[in-house]
Amino acid sequence: MTEHGSIIYLEGVTVDYDGFKALNNLNFIVNHRELRVVIGPNGAGKTTLLDVISGKTKPAAGRVIFGKDRDLMGMREYEITQLGIGRKFQAPSIYGNLSVWENLDLSLSRPSKGIFATLRGISTAAEREEIDRTLETIGLQEQVRKRAGSLSHGQKQWLEIGMVILQDPELLLVDEPVAGMTDEETEQTGRLLQSLAEKHAIIVIEHDMEFVRQIARIVTVLHEGTVICEGTVEKVQADDRVREIYLGRQKVAHG
Amino acid sequence: MFWLVGFVLLFVLPILNVLPAEDSWLHVSDFALNRFGKFLAFAILALGLDLIWGYAGILSLGQGVFFGIGAYCMGMHLMLTIGSQSVYGSALPDFMVWNQVTELPFFWKPFYSFSAAVLAGLLVPACFALIFGFLAFRSRIKGVYFAIITQALALMAWLVFNRNETNLGGTNGLTDFKTLLGFRLSDPGTQLALYVVTVLCLGGAYAMCRWIIASRAGRVLIAIRDSEQRVLFSGYSPATYKLFVFVVSAMLAGLAGILYVPQVGIITPAQMGVLPSLEMVVWVAVGGRATLVGAIVGAVGVNLGRSVLTNSFPELWPFFLGGLFVVVVLLFPDGVMGMARQVRGKFAERAARLPKSQAVEGEQT
Ligand SMILES: Nc1ncnc2c1ncn2[C@@H]1O[C@H](COP(=O)(O)OP(=O)(O)O)[C@@H](O)[C@H]1O
Ligand SMILES: [Mg+2]
Repeated sequence: MTEHGSIIYLEGVTVDYDGFKALNNLNFIVNHRELRVVIGPNGAGKTTLLDVISGKTKPAAGRVIFGKDRDLMGMREYEITQLGIGRKFQAPSIYGNLSVWENLDLSLSRPSKGIFATLRGISTAAEREEIDRTLETIGLQEQVRKRAGSLSHGQKQWLEIGMVILQDPELLLVDEPVAGMTDEETEQTGRLLQSLAEKHAIIVIEHDMEFVRQIARIVTVLHEGTVICEGTVEKVQADDRVREIYLGRQKVAHG
Repeated sequence: MFWLVGFVLLFVLPILNVLPAEDSWLHVSDFALNRFGKFLAFAILALGLDLIWGYAGILSLGQGVFFGIGAYCMGMHLMLTIGSQSVYGSALPDFMVWNQVTELPFFWKPFYSFSAAVLAGLLVPACFALIFGFLAFRSRIKGVYFAIITQALALMAWLVFNRNETNLGGTNGLTDFKTLLGFRLSDPGTQLALYVVTVLCLGGAYAMCRWIIASRAGRVLIAIRDSEQRVLFSGYSPATYKLFVFVVSAMLAGLAGILYVPQVGIITPAQMGVLPSLEMVVWVAVGGRATLVGAIVGAVGVNLGRSVLTNSFPELWPFFLGGLFVVVVLLFPDGVMGMARQVRGKFAERAARLPKSQAVEGEQT
């Protein structure tokens, strides 16, 4: 696999927090239209990985290449967003004082998001249709005029997913989307992610092994800032080191 | 509502000033109208503060500086038009004669021109805000840190303007103005005209702020207040938006200063320091943040209260103002407008039992 065929390519990435390496010489590649699940125990560096890709954290070393040859190092968050990388945060991150519609409208990908464009800009019919379609996808048609802050936790998660979809990113970064969701909501979210994967590349971080089994094609296991195993769900589950780290921890947590 | 209030301010009050006999209960005195004109100038400033604090959530404690710069620009022009009618009979302003300055400092020279003075009163605050804001927002200075450095700015400006060496009249400021564009400032007609101009400027400022808030940019401002991080990841540069709104608020403050000076007849550093800047924040808090109308209501209301109170108990005003702020913050965080909404909500609740309301729930308009 060459870097040119990939949507995101990380090589030798190290993130250093005062001597503690949240990512340690990490190599990580995702292909176009791939749905990749990243798992790993708490503190493994999963969120930090997304921070690096989306520009929130600057690595101490390494390369981060988007698409063919776009170097993301040194770019600001909103520039990376406009390039086509969307991010859904672990805790729902939405605009509580705006309506559901306004949340989606602000997120919609537009040629310019500068101050002069937004002062003059009005939504076109095509844009409104696109927002309507997304509302249907995330099932929030009824809540369209509601203050986003008044939505339930699950609805907020979905709204944020909708906001990211409307950015029309080539690469979606999704951090623990089903945390705090009911079983039914979890399953719906799984289907949603799978249908999105037909058009976009997605990186999903997840803890819930059942959910992972539902959506995963290839799973990457992160531990102490490095990849320790990568492959199908079956391969990963059969891996001794993974069992030791991951299942061992779970046992501790349960026991 | 906008047109009704505009009509009252623009026609009813001036007509009640001009037509009824002086002893009629309908008569609005020259003094009252002049005072009201000053409050409306403050309301223009409050609109700008509401944009940046109410909507974008950035507390600026330095608005008095921009107000003061606008006021001094107009004041310098008025000083120069006095010419040799002054006490010392010199072409130089009296305080310069007093300070043994023999030649007009270079930066005073453009202010012979009225339009240059007005332009400077708007653009100097704008440039100041642009440079200061650029540095602050680019280094992601936020929240209480931004409030503190803008307060430091107010303190610094106060110190600089107080010095005689600055050649701006020191502690006594600029005063004893005689004419504006050839009209005597002591004429009631001139003051009436200034009042009308102030009302028109307030109307224009309000319309502009409404337009900004109604646009998508207005929603980006609210979004910045809600979650600045999300704004970054929605593809907007929050720093640019903050800078824009900071510059707009500085220009509105400058405009307020320009209108204030000829109506009040004096500007001193005491009007632009730390305390006046804090008081401006109280106006907006009392009126209700993020409503625009609340900013106007608060600015006029608090200042009305102030003139009533300072007539009878001048020494009590600071305590009253402080108390008011504490009460509003603790008990009525949405100010007068919030209370009005609650009252209206109670009525609407009764009415809403019949048809289902389509309005955005809890949405600010
Ligand atoms: N800003 C930070 N400063 C210091 N340490 C951090 C910071 N962010 C994350 N860490 C540490 O880096 C490690 C990886 O964190 P994270 O990527 O959030 O893990 P997770 O895999 O649970 O998402 C954790 O041990 C965390 O404490
Ligand atoms: Mg995490």
